[in-house]
Amino acid sequence: MRKLSIKRPSLRALTLPGLAFLLAMFFGALLIAFSDSKVLKNIGHPIAFIKAAGVAVWQSYLALFQGSIYNPNLATPHDSLLSWGPISETLVTAAPLMLAGLSVALAFRAGLFNIGAQGQFIFGSIAASYVGFHFHLPIGLHIIVAVVAAILAGSIWGGLVGLLKARTGAHEVIVTIMLNYVALYFLMYLLSTTPFLRPGRRDPISPDVLQSARMPLLLGSNYRINLGIFVALAAAVFVWWLLSRSTWGFRFRAVGANSAAAKTAGISVPFVMTAVMAISGALAGLGGAVHVLGSDFSLTSGTAGNFGFDAITVALLGRAKPMGVVFASILFGALRAGGGTMQANTDTPIDIVLVIQALVVLFIAAPSVVKWVFRLKNLKTTGELAAKGWNG
Amino acid sequence: MSLELRQITKSFGALLANDSIDLRVETGEIHAILGENGAGKSTLMNIVYGLVAADSGEIFVDDVKKEIKEPSDALASGIGMVHQHFMLVPVFTVAENIVLGHEKSGFAGRLDLDEARARIKEVSDQFNFDVNPDDLIENLPVGVQQRVEIIRALIYEAKVLILDEPTAVLTPQETDDLLKIMKELKAQGTSIIFITHKLREVKAVADRITIIRRGKVVGTASPDASQNELASLMVGREVELAPDKGTHAIGAPILIVKDLTIRDAVGRALVSNVNFEVKAGEVLAIAGVQGNGQSEVARAMVNLEAHVEGSIALNGTEVIGKSVRESLHAGIAFIPESRELDGLIGSMSIAENLILDLHDLPPYAKGIQMSPSTVVSEAEKRKDEFDIRLQSVSDPVSSLSGGNKQKVVLARELSRPVNLLVASQPTRGLDVGSIEFVHKRILEERDAGRAVLLFSTELDEVLALADRIAVMYRGAILAIVPSGVTAQELGLLMAGVVHA
Amino acid sequence: MKALSAADLRRRRSLIVLATLSILSTIVFGLLQKSGQDVTYGFVFDKEWVLISQWVIGSKTASLLFGVISVAASALSYFQFKAGKTSKIASAVGSAGILMSFISWAAAGKFIPITGLLQGALLLSVPLIFGSMAGVLSERSGVVNIAIEGQLLAGAFVSGVVASLTHSTFLGLIVAPLAGCLISTLLAVFAINFAIDQIILGFVLNVLVYGITDFLYKKLLIPYQGTWNSGPTLASIKIPLLWKIPVVGPILFDQTIIVYLMYAVVFFVNYSLFKTKWGLRTRAVGEHPTAADSVGIKVNRLRFMNVMIAGSVAGLGGAYFTVGGVGSFSKEMTAGKGFIALAALIFGRWTPWGAVSAALLFGFAGNLQSVLGIIGTPIPSEFMLMVPYLATVIAVTGFVGRVRAPAADGTPYKRGESH
Repeated sequence: MRKLSIKRPSLRALTLPGLAFLLAMFFGALLIAFSDSKVLKNIGHPIAFIKAAGVAVWQSYLALFQGSIYNPNLATPHDSLLSWGPISETLVTAAPLMLAGLSVALAFRAGLFNIGAQGQFIFGSIAASYVGFHFHLPIGLHIIVAVVAAILAGSIWGGLVGLLKARTGAHEVIVTIMLNYVALYFLMYLLSTTPFLRPGRRDPISPDVLQSARMPLLLGSNYRINLGIFVALAAAVFVWWLLSRSTWGFRFRAVGANSAAAKTAGISVPFVMTAVMAISGALAGLGGAVHVLGSDFSLTSGTAGNFGFDAITVALLGRAKPMGVVFASILFGALRAGGGTMQANTDTPIDIVLVIQALVVLFIAAPSVVKWVFRLKNLKTTGELAAKGWNG
Repeated sequence: MSLELRQITKSFGALLANDSIDLRVETGEIHAILGENGAGKSTLMNIVYGLVAADSGEIFVDDVKKEIKEPSDALASGIGMVHQHFMLVPVFTVAENIVLGHEKSGFAGRLDLDEARARIKEVSDQFNFDVNPDDLIENLPVGVQQRVEIIRALIYEAKVLILDEPTAVLTPQETDDLLKIMKELKAQGTSIIFITHKLREVKAVADRITIIRRGKVVGTASPDASQNELASLMVGREVELAPDKGTHAIGAPILIVKDLTIRDAVGRALVSNVNFEVKAGEVLAIAGVQGNGQSEVARAMVNLEAHVEGSIALNGTEVIGKSVRESLHAGIAFIPESRELDGLIGSMSIAENLILDLHDLPPYAKGIQMSPSTVVSEAEKRKDEFDIRLQSVSDPVSSLSGGNKQKVVLARELSRPVNLLVASQPTRGLDVGSIEFVHKRILEERDAGRAVLLFSTELDEVLALADRIAVMYRGAILAIVPSGVTAQELGLLMAGVVHA
Repeated sequence: MKALSAADLRRRRSLIVLATLSILSTIVFGLLQKSGQDVTYGFVFDKEWVLISQWVIGSKTASLLFGVISVAASALSYFQFKAGKTSKIASAVGSAGILMSFISWAAAGKFIPITGLLQGALLLSVPLIFGSMAGVLSERSGVVNIAIEGQLLAGAFVSGVVASLTHSTFLGLIVAPLAGCLISTLLAVFAINFAIDQIILGFVLNVLVYGITDFLYKKLLIPYQGTWNSGPTLASIKIPLLWKIPVVGPILFDQTIIVYLMYAVVFFVNYSLFKTKWGLRTRAVGEHPTAADSVGIKVNRLRFMNVMIAGSVAGLGGAYFTVGGVGSFSKEMTAGKGFIALAALIFGRWTPWGAVSAALLFGFAGNLQSVLGIIGTPIPSEFMLMVPYLATVIAVTGFVGRVRAPAADGTPYKRGESH
């Protein structure tokens, strides 16, 4: 249907996210500068003030870059490639984020706002880690069983939301917000039970996932990068195919754009809602699996971190398109990975990343702001985020 | 009070909705504004009422120029309006709705409704409206809701009252009552602007008639003009109000509906014990005022209603209990009442909208894998067959005009093997050219030996197409009459009057 | 048979639920419980007048007693329903009976300080009530407010920091609403002027507030704790005589000024929403903005104002965490309370009293969980913590009646785009 002319439309599609990102980084810089004690000391001396501000911002953003892409200080005489090591960290963080982002994006395309990726992610990581540390299975098979368990757990937790919406009209936003907490408390409960307690420990941490269930490393033990990123990329291709080339995706999009018309044309809306949320939950659950089998290896109450919520910003930044989600998750993965280095090496806490994320999404949602700041007149924008509300 | 509009112009994008319109309404006159759907009548009145800002033009009240930027300006100038879609909050009482915007407060900011209650009673008694100030709006019949709107205009001393398509939702009986009320108001010196496209009503009450076509005033007429004259002014060419139906052969029954009862979610019957049959090569029209259960019957034909009892047999096979998809594939083509809401998916392409029903079947899909190129090539064929005017079949369907959208729906629904065509309000909101196309197409389907079940609130359409007419009133079929019936008899039936 | 209206059906369904639960609790907590242990209820908290200091009763007997009370109350409310009368009091007694039956079972052999339990419940409910009032104010006018969490957190942060820098609880209290208002003004600008999806927007604003407060907390509040994060706290004020009333006094009338302000806010919101011109207009723009516009009401201006007031109310609630509580700010200290407030709003069907009742219920569940956690009981505390969330899921799935948001909630208004 859609012609595959890649060049110009996609370049133009990048303009808004690019500018929104720049603007967010600018506000981030302001926050860094105005909270820096050295900068504030010079508040009476404009030139010194600007200089100090520049230094603070430069150091922070440099550390951000060094932590996510390239850091020459990491190179050793034997291995100069190690300076590119941060990219590995970026991709390790990006993989689960990409999967959770795809989960939110897929639901978006079917007209559902899946705030529940967090809960589905939690269930995925519970299932994957349980299979990973509790069963003894051959290498290869063990990973597959753990991943399948995570997919199932996530899809049940997600599918439940779709089923409730289809059957009773319960708004998925409310249900998913609430189920996120239920999932979190369930995880905390499990971590207080014997099967999930690490032998010899009384704090809530599970045993480590066995070697046979871990995602294989791609570049040896110097880098944490593992198969997870390819699992995530494969999922992105799958979601693309599902949405634009499959009959299921056709139905998902039809229901997402106008469920009454889809129903009138004979498409089963309850089926679509349940299926979409189940697949969406499966993707988030897979994200949980990639996280615990790829980099975290054990379950704690903070296992899911912020992945499920970052996923929403990823999906919004990626405009709910699989390719967009891939880029957005790598960008936010880089911010997260670099943010850690930045926090360790400078005075700037990693939390600036949250601010940048929120602002990027805000500016993308309100293109008028970006247009106004950059004096753009012809920037093409679409109304993907048009409001629906509780009754919609 | 007189109202004068000078050179009112308003455009929405490329569409010129109002083009230099001049209009003068004298004190105590009923001035009808006659025009087709989409001619620009409602836009003009929304400008007068301050809901839409004109691009240019002036408004004079009693020959004094007024700046009307907000509804409050209009109200202050003595202009009141009864909107086509009532401006009443359903969960408020009559009194609350009437004080809204003009509230009086007592001690501690406490809302005082007593004065409003008294005024409502007063006006209600004066005109025999039978409106209770403490009833909830959502519990009132539409006719009464409309009276609430009129009461509001009167209480706030509207000297010019705009009635925007006020009879669209009324029964013929309620319409007669309204026309009477309009005459009484006129007798008391209120000027009335009566927006409509119904010729009979215009002839019954109007003092003067201004005809608008495509945003322009194309003429004025007196109520003495014949219906045909008015119609041709309205449409811009000679129109035949009753096209020739031709002769055609009627065959065996295709659809037999027995004891059909449809309930809402809490178990109230919206339709009760409806019986009819439609034969091959026959058009059965189900006529009635909006909201008497026709929509539900139409939707039940393809199982879009949830709580249905009785029997719907298509060629001897029971339809009830099947899925929507199974019903459609059993040989029913379904034109839903609202093409925007139920017929089409605006943001999807025209090509995709043409295969919403068949997207997972060959040649469009093999298994779960779809074939986008086939979708496009088939759409190109359909486009030519149904004369859909478009730039590219890959454009979103929302970019099409109303008539072309309806053609997309028709093209999709008639692409399956069909025994029965269910068409619900198939020409609502269309221009005359598209109406003719749809009518022609419906008659072609009939001539090809299909059964046609037509739901329409338009008397003229019913009389023009039907072989037999079933009239629905309050969820039941009052009578099934042959097409030779007069408009008057039909009107009485629609009002629920069955005579011997 | 006469067809029941939707509201009647809903009432009947909830009565069936109530009756089932009361019978179940009588059986499970009463009949099936092992006898032989006592439960002790304490009623004295401070130096209030003493009516009864404690009540010792066999736990099985107590569970049975309360179970039977709840069954009787359910039966009574059913007859009242049949007779077409309201049955609110009987239903409330029934629910309380079920709860007490459960507590008597869970606390067998233990001591339950009733006054302390209820006071703790009220304290846990304070931010929920402020938050849900913010929800009522905003959503009744048609703007979805998912950003309650962010408004609470902003209020907590700013009031804590200002109180710490100025050593003044008063100033801390003054700036808290301003901080909440700032966040809700962002909500208003983007939701009303730019017509962005309000659910997404609220979500993003929460992330923004989390980000900014986390950032500043680490950058300023931890390293310079002495100046930035060691604010004074409000003292509780005993209302003369009233605080001496047994049980009720220490719970309601020995509180900080914030709690008294909360009483005022609840009363004021309820009164204004249903009895004043402002309330009528607010509900009108939330239900049918086009109709409101057509009678000359400035829809978007009113919505903007309401959203700003909403943010201020939530911001004031935020102060409860810092100057009203521990004094210092800690990272993400609202801990999802804003979302429970949202749940209370929905559970309470978008009405002020409904939201307050739900908030109190959720606060009670939370505090009961911690009290039972301390004394040790058969129920894992995590399951008690799930109660508000599961209750909300059940509420929105229509099990106890379909909840309906204001008709235009979440829909931006633009003139000429009819609904």
